[in-house]
Amino acid sequence: MDSEITLWVDGRRETLSVDTRTTLLDALRERLGVTSPKKGCDHGQCGACTVLLDGRRATSCLTFAVANDESEVVTAEGLAEGDEPHPVQRALLENDGFQCGYCTPGQVCSAVGMLDEVKSGWPSYVTEDLDESVELDEDEIRERMSGNLCRCGAYANIVTAIREAAE
Amino acid sequence: MTGATRATSPGPERIEGHAKVTGTARYAFEHPVADPLYLHPLRATIARGRVTSVDTTAAERVDGVRLVLTHHNAEALVPIGDPELAVLQSDEIAFRGQLIGAVVAETQESAAHAADLVEIRYERMAHDSDFRDDADIVYTPDADASPMLSPDLEEGDVDAALADAAFTVDATYTTPTEHHNPLEPHAVIAAWDDDGLTLHDSNQGSHLVRDLIAPLFGVDKERVSVISPHVGGAFGSKGMPHGHVALTALAARHTAGRPVKYALSRTQMFELVGYRPPTRQRVRLGADREGRLVATEHDSLEQTSRFKQYAEQSASASREMYTSPNRRVTNRLAALDVPAPTWMRAPGEAGGMYALESAMDELAVSAGIDPVELRLRNEPEVAPVSGLPFSSRNLPACLREGAERFGWHERDPRPGVRREGDWLVGTGVAASSFPSLFFPGSLATIRHESGGKYRVEIGAVDIGTGSRTALTQLAAEALEVPVEAVELWLGSTEQPHASLAGGSAGTASWGSTVVEAVRAFRTEHGHDPVSGAETTAGAGKNPDAGEYAMHSYGAQFAEVRVNADTGEVRVPRMLGVFAAGRIVNPRTARSQFLGGMTMGISMALHEHSVVDERFGHVVNHDLAGYHIAGNADVGSVEVDWIDEHDPHVNPVGVKGIGEIGIVGTAAAIGNAAHHATGVRVRDLPLTPEKFLR
Repeated sequence: MDSEITLWVDGRRETLSVDTRTTLLDALRERLGVTSPKKGCDHGQCGACTVLLDGRRATSCLTFAVANDESEVVTAEGLAEGDEPHPVQRALLENDGFQCGYCTPGQVCSAVGMLDEVKSGWPSYVTEDLDESVELDEDEIRERMSGNLCRCGAYANIVTAIREAAE
Repeated sequence: MTGATRATSPGPERIEGHAKVTGTARYAFEHPVADPLYLHPLRATIARGRVTSVDTTAAERVDGVRLVLTHHNAEALVPIGDPELAVLQSDEIAFRGQLIGAVVAETQESAAHAADLVEIRYERMAHDSDFRDDADIVYTPDADASPMLSPDLEEGDVDAALADAAFTVDATYTTPTEHHNPLEPHAVIAAWDDDGLTLHDSNQGSHLVRDLIAPLFGVDKERVSVISPHVGGAFGSKGMPHGHVALTALAARHTAGRPVKYALSRTQMFELVGYRPPTRQRVRLGADREGRLVATEHDSLEQTSRFKQYAEQSASASREMYTSPNRRVTNRLAALDVPAPTWMRAPGEAGGMYALESAMDELAVSAGIDPVELRLRNEPEVAPVSGLPFSSRNLPACLREGAERFGWHERDPRPGVRREGDWLVGTGVAASSFPSLFFPGSLATIRHESGGKYRVEIGAVDIGTGSRTALTQLAAEALEVPVEAVELWLGSTEQPHASLAGGSAGTASWGSTVVEAVRAFRTEHGHDPVSGAETTAGAGKNPDAGEYAMHSYGAQFAEVRVNADTGEVRVPRMLGVFAAGRIVNPRTARSQFLGGMTMGISMALHEHSVVDERFGHVVNHDLAGYHIAGNADVGSVEVDWIDEHDPHVNPVGVKGIGEIGIVGTAAAIGNAAHHATGVRVRDLPLTPEKFLR
């Protein structure tokens, strides 16, 4: 069964007819040619498909496209302004916070979403004082970024990059 | 020659960095192709036997299905000696999960749905997938299994030396099946047209894929193009093309030129693209009163597949590491009805050095000698066994520098006496080593475009190692032009032939090729070449090959905390100091070491593919069940290296850095866990229950 939906992808309006079994990730990649979000597991276990969905980070493989009519999707490609990378992307470049690059767009979207969560005062599992504003130390970054796997093992550099970008 | 590098420049950022952080770098599955079809595989649900019938009626009725391919309608491939590539050539099943067919449809969803509707019946045969030391399944690999090393080695009288030794260790270590799990699943787009076959493929060497796939289909190599500009990690699993490449190309024979796309699911990767085989290793060490080794014995048993032999020879780690007048090394294989293992980051060394370096720690404890000092006392003057001089060997400098920086000298050697709250705290050390390899046969083209701009082409690949950036630097240096004046092209068979990315030999092999090609270019065209001047050349034979023993070395230090109540193991701090020849780009090289050490933490603490012997498959076949280290599993990881100038290894003086970072990591962590708790765990991974007793 097909349904017509509209998505706002990196600021562009896209109207398409999707098989109701199609995930948001596959709609982006195979139907719209938006391949910045990556498919690493298709099970929400690796985080490579992370996008900002209506402003919050989300694994786009775990939601059907048809359930996201009129949603706003921002990918890592959309976070950059042309040749000018987002501050998180700039910090990852400087700190070599990636190698193969396949998890990287997901790490970028996750980090941007995460920094917003911290700004909004959301605590994490490692937040000690739930009444105070969150202090974004390395343990907070590690905990909050653990939904994004990196098999090349760039975590130490990712943490440094996000700390720098947050300053 | 000693003293840690204090790099004045961190090295250029990755050339393709912007494309990677924005996600615009195109990986295999992402290449825009016109009117593609999607493949979903059919896979065996029994571990051994044969297919007796296939009913495709219901599948073929599904809207959008264009092809159901099985051994009944697949064309005959040319036998080229690789059973993994001979897909759909018979009804035989050699392991559970084997490719036995495919559905090709207009969408992924239709293909997957139709594949579920194919009814396959089997004749089951008894299978054996239980890895164990049993004469029925154990054999000695033949010499061509691992061409560089014979499986066995014996020098002196190990038994007599052990009987007279002041201190001895006799311990058995086990390592489990581990899966590479690069974040980018193996993927390929195959299309046939009048010119031949085009593959957009994720691999460690486009030329190797062509060299195998072309003869498999009986076509000239020139008629197969393999395009792989970006590869999302590999770690050995993309070294040799696996069955999915052949299957997709076979299916594309039936689609009248329409491209066929197939990306493996994460679960399929646990059966179709190789793994690190489990090992059982017994190490016996004997030392005199001063801790000098008098006997070294290392026996390894590893799993292989009945379907395709693979031998990585873990015990060979003990051939050249330390001086020992008496030495015995044996490597055996246990053949089972399982998928074929393959190279996984530091194949042989990762598991073998875990055993040897754990045993060295046990010897240090029993002899009452500091583990750093014990290693220094067993440092060989020349390479054991071969008697060759070392091209360079700075393991002592790594150990000393690392000990200084880690604060090793304040260490109380007593195990199980430091407690902070609920946590028992300890530190450990292990040495690492990896051979410095060079693969001959690569070619590079140097072309002067105009105005001092150069185009350099080599059919190498960047699987995340930073080779695109390092080769650009080496080319610019040899050409004596700024990095910005060089445009480097790699990642496709459109460029000259190059060896695969493996054996930590990429920069050594391709870098030497580029530098020698520049020399040939200057000889032919001088220093003021005309626009369009072009030379293609490769690196010759290294006159020092066979004259020196060539290895990288390193020292790994770990701080470990083990929860006294739960047994949970944490690694808050690691330091690795390496001696690996010339470091071309400190920024990206550091990431290589860091990545190896991080994968080593993962190997030490988490990774274990659990096989259900009743069915012959890996049970925890996804990234929830098979845990790889996540961000919060990794604490502070510091990396540094010794300035090392090695004139013998190759023209660029690099020794290879892609694998050594994982070597010794698990031993350092296991040794630190023993220091923390007094419990010696000899079975990876170091999961909580093993510390509770």
